[in-house]
Amino acid sequence: MAPLVSDMVLVIIPAYNEEKKIGRVIRGLFEQGLEDIVVVDDGSTDQTAAQARKLGVKVLRHEINRGQGAALETGSAYARRIGADVVIHFDGDDQFNPEDIPKAISFMERKNLDVVFGSRFLDRRSQIPWLKRKIILPFSRWINFVFTGCLLSDAHNGFRIFSQKALKMIHITHDRMAHNTEIVRQVKKFHLRYEEFPVEVKYHTYGQGVGGGLMILKDLIIGLFTRLI
Amino acid sequence: MLPIQILLLAFFAIAIMKVFKRNYTGDLSLWAALFWVLFWVLGGLVVIQPDLTSSLAKLFGVGRGADVVVYLALAGLFFMVFRLMVKIEKLEREITKVVRDKTLK
Ligand SMILES: Nc1nc2c(ncn2[C@@H]2O[C@H](COP(=O)(O)OP(=O)(O)OP(=O)(O)O)[C@@H](O)[C@H]2O)c(=O)[nH]1
Ligand SMILES: [Mg+2]
Repeated sequence: MAPLVSDMVLVIIPAYNEEKKIGRVIRGLFEQGLEDIVVVDDGSTDQTAAQARKLGVKVLRHEINRGQGAALETGSAYARRIGADVVIHFDGDDQFNPEDIPKAISFMERKNLDVVFGSRFLDRRSQIPWLKRKIILPFSRWINFVFTGCLLSDAHNGFRIFSQKALKMIHITHDRMAHNTEIVRQVKKFHLRYEEFPVEVKYHTYGQGVGGGLMILKDLIIGLFTRLI
Repeated sequence: MLPIQILLLAFFAIAIMKVFKRNYTGDLSLWAALFWVLFWVLGGLVVIQPDLTSSLAKLFGVGRGADVVVYLALAGLFFMVFRLMVKIEKLEREITKVVRDKTLK
């Protein structure tokens, strides 16, 4: 079942120096009939914004780099303002498969969910590098469990779908990558209905390594205290 | 009194004055100010009466007075570094807010 015509489905793409890939990502979304797209260019030093504008999508630009979490929250603020009914987080590095979106949306409607988390571990399509598959992600999973009380199959996946209700409740304060854990925590806190859904993640290049994972842990711990001190 | 004691006491006195001032201007919360005043006053007591640290050492079961001072100083430093990290995180969030507001304007 396709999303209702009256519903505005907004795709938020956080992008940092993705001039080579952003065009392909946007065209892939167009092919799925997704026309409402906002690229949050996070202070890129390349032509990311220009490439996106050429394809006629909305571009919001951070003057300086603030991190993926910050970019997503900027996208959310925009989505709330224009009254989007459904919001999709979709990475700008061409690792996701846009064909997963319609499937995930109908899954969401069928199950009456507020949030869908993409997972690369629920089918066999993704060729995940060994270190990520065997060490980083399993470890992160348990870290996330400690911080959120949810044990998801995929600890860190940039593919997410939110209902308008979820969009209004969830506010990201972690500017860098720890926002992922923060989102799960808020979903739990606000008793939003969520489920995971299989998505494909292609690996052209590596992305976050062990250092990135440790950085997230540090951010989470510091984050715990920013409200106290 | 040794010159070093006088020097240190003067330094601590200035530190306490700074704490008051920063509390007055609102840069330091009341609790934080109390903590720092207590911290420097205790420091002053130790400078005036170094034997205090020996009693403290006995109390904690640490060998020498000087060791206790080092341990406490280390703990204090950790605490301060940690506070700085939290402070930086807050600053980062404020920067993000400014950047976002400008983006959405
Ligand atoms: N807005 C913003 N986006 C970023 C930043 N760093 C990375 N990104 C984007 O975030 C997405 C995912 O980043 P990756 O580095 O691939 O992280 P990941 O997907 O968790 O890790 P992999 O599984 O290894 O790909 C891409 O679309 C990047 O353009 C940043 O500083 N700001
Ligand atoms: Mg990636």
